[in-house]
Amino acid sequence: MSEIKYSSAELMIINAARLLRDGDVVFVGVGQPNLACNLAKRTHAPNLVMIYEAGVIGAEPARLPLSIGDPTLVSGALSVVSMYDIFTNYLQRGNVDVGFMGGAQIDKYGNINATVIGGYDSPKVRLPGSGGSQEIAAWANRCYIMTPHQKRRFPEKVEFMTSAGFIGGRGNRAKAGLRGGGMLAVVTDIGIMEPDESGEMRLTQLHPGKTSDEAKANTGWDLKTASRVGTTDPVTSNELRIVRDELDPTGIYLKSGG
Amino acid sequence: MTKLLPLSEAIANYVNDGDTVYAAGFTHLIPFAAGHEMIRQGKKNLTLARATPDLIYDQMVAAGCAKKVIFSYMGNPGVGSLRIVRSAIEQGKLEWEEYSHFGMITRLQAGAAGLPFLPMNQTGAADLEKANPNIKRIPDPYGGKDVIVVPALNPDVAIVHVQRADANGNAHLWGIIGEQKEAAFAAKKVIVTAEEIVDESVIRSDPNRTMISQIVVSAVCHVPFACHPSYAQGYYDRDNEFYLAWDKVSESAELTKQYLDEWVFGVKDRDQYWQKLGSEVHKRLEVSALMSEPINYGRY
Repeated sequence: MSEIKYSSAELMIINAARLLRDGDVVFVGVGQPNLACNLAKRTHAPNLVMIYEAGVIGAEPARLPLSIGDPTLVSGALSVVSMYDIFTNYLQRGNVDVGFMGGAQIDKYGNINATVIGGYDSPKVRLPGSGGSQEIAAWANRCYIMTPHQKRRFPEKVEFMTSAGFIGGRGNRAKAGLRGGGMLAVVTDIGIMEPDESGEMRLTQLHPGKTSDEAKANTGWDLKTASRVGTTDPVTSNELRIVRDELDPTGIYLKSGG
Repeated sequence: MTKLLPLSEAIANYVNDGDTVYAAGFTHLIPFAAGHEMIRQGKKNLTLARATPDLIYDQMVAAGCAKKVIFSYMGNPGVGSLRIVRSAIEQGKLEWEEYSHFGMITRLQAGAAGLPFLPMNQTGAADLEKANPNIKRIPDPYGGKDVIVVPALNPDVAIVHVQRADANGNAHLWGIIGEQKEAAFAAKKVIVTAEEIVDESVIRSDPNRTMISQIVVSAVCHVPFACHPSYAQGYYDRDNEFYLAWDKVSESAELTKQYLDEWVFGVKDRDQYWQKLGSEVHKRLEVSALMSEPINYGRY
């Protein structure tokens, strides 16, 4: 059998999709998280319920949405509610299982910066800001993020904490009364990082052909590895076919991320 | 009593220099026509509040209408950076006040409900709270964890676009309903722009769909295609190509000025703008029908 070739983006999307469970209620972002959720729904998680911060519940997009407020999310959805309702009745109340996060930086404790590089009052690079992520990170039961494994994206400590992971250690979440479980997996193009007992992200799995030295060299903190680092299951031709042919046929999101 | 007015008169009558303006709509139903009219009329020193400033505020900031923005996600949705607002902030030329989406709409909800503030649960991420003194933390009077509070936002004027309204301002909207209702009830004055002006009997045929009441509306303007490049569910599609193209236009001050000269100052109103877009764009944004099942209210 010939070797299957895929891009870094495809590798991350497919591995992120596998983290979802059938029946999960997922707060979805546009772009790669949207592809991961739709892939999961078409493979092992047909009962996945996709929620968008624009107020759409149970979306079944017929085309690839460019924005989080695309009309294709509405047509045929289970429900459409106001933003206040989605953030209160659905998220704050505890009805969301999974939050897919994005951000420019993620640190050792899974905290995310999507706000600013440089000082807040005189920003060097002004990023978009929280959007929904501050509350999703706090209140979804499980949070995941996928991002290319690059040192600048993984500083020891974020410059600005837009959304909380384990803050300064696992106990901090309980102290703040956060209901969700926090950042439970960081999927990169090298492998997967998961929190240890202290809340520190450590390498637990490598994609086929990748090494822990590569992961360490591209992480901004002294990356620890689990006592046994596993290998992720190889990408299958079926997963690739769905992602390429059905979900993103023009390759808008598949070409990025290497 | 009819509140029907041409959009230019509604903007002239109800938007004053220095006002706090909330042009509502989360990606959907963004009232671009009203934004362009404010630019044409040279409105100044506005505080522009929106969860997502979107291209409408990028254009208004470029045109010099704004002294400040209040926002919770400053990006070009689905594309990337909102270049003009971003660079104005980075260069210290524009004041800003920032929340999470939930913080922002909680401010509106408090404003709409006539409350001074509303609480939210803690999120563990306290940096924005340190950066914005409007975000405060108070004890739960019932003995639970401290809660985060944000003050009511009561804009001087809200602009809300809807699919259909009657001449009094009772409005039906559907699709993504974002923060339209909250913005309308929070504001001191409300301008409704509508794809269609319908008889009151149409509104009365489906009262559950009336999100905005005549009680709070100051003016109603008939402005078809008011949202382009945003969209009106069931009427026309979002012009994603425009959002992508704006990424290039907004990179250059000269191209931005050319855009404003041609597409804002160069047209009289939205009708001229829509005609100028041309039949190819009209065709690209057409949507086929997907009707809901009728419901029975019963005759009592």
